Amino acid sequence: MIRTIEDLYNLHEDYKEAMNREKMKILVCAGTGCVSSGSLEVYEALKEIVQEKELFVDIDLMEGGREGVNVSPSGCHGFCEMGPIVRIEPQGYFYVRVSEIDAPEIVEKTVENNEVVERLLYRNPETGEIYRTEESMPFYGKQKRLVLEHCGKINPENIKEYIALGGYQALAEAFEMTPEEVCQVVLKAKLRGRGGGGFPAGIKWDSVRKEHAGQKYVVCNGDEGDPGAFMDRSIMEGDPHRVIEGMIIAGYASGATKGYIYVRAEYPLAVKRLQKAIQQAREFGLLGENILDSGFDFDIKISKGAGAFVCGEGSALTASIEGNRGMPRTRPPRTVQKGLFQKPTVLNNVETFANVPLIILYGADNYLKIGTKDSPGTKAFALTGNIVNTGLIEVPMGTTLREVIYEIGGGIPQGKKLKAVQIGGPSGGCLTSEHLDLPMDFDSLDSAGAMIGSGGLVVMDEDTCMVEVARFFMDFTQKESCGKCVPCREGTKKILEILEKIIAGDATMEDIKLLEELAETVKDGSLCGLGKTASNPVLTTLRYFRDEYIAHVKDKKCPAGVCQAFKTYYIDPEVCKGCSKCVRVCPNNAISGEIKKPFSIDAEKCIKCGACVSVCPFNAVKEG
Amino acid sequence: MAAKQDFKRSFQRVNEIIEAHGRNPVELISILQEVQEEYRYLPEEILNYIATAMRISPSKVFGVATFYENFSLEPKGKYVVKVCDGTACHVRKSTALLNALKKKLELKEGQETTQDLMFTLETVSCFGACGLAPVMVINDEVYGKVTPEKAEKIIDEIIKEEGGRGNDQDH
Ligand SMILES: Cc1cc2nc3c(=O)[nH]c(=O)nc-3n(C[C@H](O)[C@H](O)[C@H](O)COP(=O)(O)O)c2cc1C
Ligand code: SF4
Ligand code: FES
Repeated sequence: MIRTIEDLYNLHEDYKEAMNREKMKILVCAGTGCVSSGSLEVYEALKEIVQEKELFVDIDLMEGGREGVNVSPSGCHGFCEMGPIVRIEPQGYFYVRVSEIDAPEIVEKTVENNEVVERLLYRNPETGEIYRTEESMPFYGKQKRLVLEHCGKINPENIKEYIALGGYQALAEAFEMTPEEVCQVVLKAKLRGRGGGGFPAGIKWDSVRKEHAGQKYVVCNGDEGDPGAFMDRSIMEGDPHRVIEGMIIAGYASGATKGYIYVRAEYPLAVKRLQKAIQQAREFGLLGENILDSGFDFDIKISKGAGAFVCGEGSALTASIEGNRGMPRTRPPRTVQKGLFQKPTVLNNVETFANVPLIILYGADNYLKIGTKDSPGTKAFALTGNIVNTGLIEVPMGTTLREVIYEIGGGIPQGKKLKAVQIGGPSGGCLTSEHLDLPMDFDSLDSAGAMIGSGGLVVMDEDTCMVEVARFFMDFTQKESCGKCVPCREGTKKILEILEKIIAGDATMEDIKLLEELAETVKDGSLCGLGKTASNPVLTTLRYFRDEYIAHVKDKKCPAGVCQAFKTYYIDPEVCKGCSKCVRVCPNNAISGEIKKPFSIDAEKCIKCGACVSVCPFNAVKEG
Repeated sequence: MAAKQDFKRSFQRVNEIIEAHGRNPVELISILQEVQEEYRYLPEEILNYIATAMRISPSKVFGVATFYENFSLEPKGKYVVKVCDGTACHVRKSTALLNALKKKLELKEGQETTQDLMFTLETVSCFGACGLAPVMVINDEVYGKVTPEKAEKIIDEIIKEEGGRGNDQDH
């Protein structure tokens, strides 16, 4: 139990010393991605061998002062595609695609003889270059991991490791200030909300601080509904105490004593890690009454979402925590005046809270040195799509798209050309190669008609049809509209219908005009951000790829060769070996033939789903 | 007869869940989540029961239950197969995966759950495991880089574990 600030610093010293006895630390990623690739088995195998050899130590075994090797699960390294990932400290060796059968070799070579296991190192698929350490990989070298500093480096399920690395000291420092001073620091640091809007967090905090109310709340938005985004998940899973610490500081600064973390239901591991972290923080006296003898009480509850994207919107989110249908409401009153349970509420995103300990510890002036003048700090992005290195990255605000895609992301696979980057999910927009040198910060992106959004970056190569992309996002928003506003509910449906018509080859130029009108109507007539931004993918693709729309309408062609309506499939009898694999996957029984003789596709029955193309081992299915 | 008894038992369990949440209407979503975990869906009788027991209107309970996608008023399969159709997975051909599963599970257009209540097939828009696209989740287990063949194999294994299709009643 930590009762005072002094206790915290003493424990920090003890744990630091205990961690120093770990002469080597084997970190096995236990994020959602790596777990699904089998990392827990790798962890168990490594731990067992190290224990058998009586080398194992960990922070919980402080007695005796023995030195040794620690094996620990860690948070996400952001390089999930190459999982399971094992990192060895202090050398920084970075092993990818590790399986449990590699465990004995890792222990024998790396642990006992300090040799690297060459075959487990990451090799760049494009250049063949091999990298020994995490730091030497361009994917990491160009990043600035501040908010994610602990992700992949500590055991997220052990508060002691967080404390050993200076955890909860920002809270201790905040307690030395007045709540007003804390708000001022956050204001001065120009911390802007990472959930999409970029609103200054300090203004929110200070407004809530000034409200007179019996009860105030802090709410952490962990809904992360944008498909293709997983920054918040990684932080909640990989460094949950950081979010908790940020929330307590927000509570102290604004005078709120109760906190809620709203996590989407699709993130069971994040819920589990947060629950455990909250439990540990309570046991250590870092949540509860009179925290660090400051006289300040704070506790946190987790609220699980139930699968509604719109609940990421602030007022819908609070409605959902209250046990209601998660529908946005009109403002004012603003959340800072009447938020959760009609009480003044600080509502921030996970990454926003995770920035707070950094700002308090290093000071606003140092924080302002990172990033751009009006968007200081870093931003985490989820880099996905047609890119060599998919993953989670963190870069200073203002980093250009070119650096992110070509230096960190390793470029587009198979030497293909970049066509567009979809930023900010369904409410964001498209950027093109002409934006490659645009600094990515709140204001620059805004002026380009796009937005940072939560930080999803989906890279699309030349084989992508932009009309299809617009359709995909419209399908998403249309399904997720809560139905309160007619323009949003009906307009998105109508837009989707037109896009489908274009893709099916049935549209006229009139439809494109109508599409533009509708897009504007939906934008103007909607209450919340979902409806207001729903047209963005359509408007930006129309702006940058109008010729593609026209090709679909006038020439009845899909320039990228994606849209099924303009396609036919046939089997090349020269290549087909008659293995019948395609017959088994065809959902409409359109393929027939005799085993070991060339098969054929019935064009009438073919629904052009392309399943046969991907399954044919001989590439005999051709598109025409 | 058997069904009736089932419900009696259900109400008792539902009551326990409600009590554990202190009959607090604010906890309605958590209560529905736990009830659904227990029964794999939210039977109408149970929703009515919850409304009465918690002294809130049935329309409120039904309103909440129908608003959120994760709640189902129809029985779901023992294995809920969720295919991600998020941006990253879509770009990496999740549609082919979905079609293969539909065929494997012999689901007709618009049908989500198999006749024997063994499987339910759904799409979800992102599990946050996009690095492993395309992603599929069965109950709580995440599978990454799933090809149609790999998916079929996983389904076959489940069927085998369950002792074949059609005779899966609990003993
Ligand atoms: C439809 C919709 C969905 C949203 N989803 C999220 C989300 O998943 N996570 C998030 O942090 N903010 C989301 N937001 C933004 C929130 O409304 C809110 O601005 C944000 O959580 C405030 O925190 P911040 O200032 O720290 O960014 C969403 C907004 C809208 C309109
Ligand atoms: S804009 Fe759409 S999602 Fe937002 S409140 Fe209106 S109907 Fe609901
Ligand atoms: S898009 Fe499929 S897991 Fe994110």
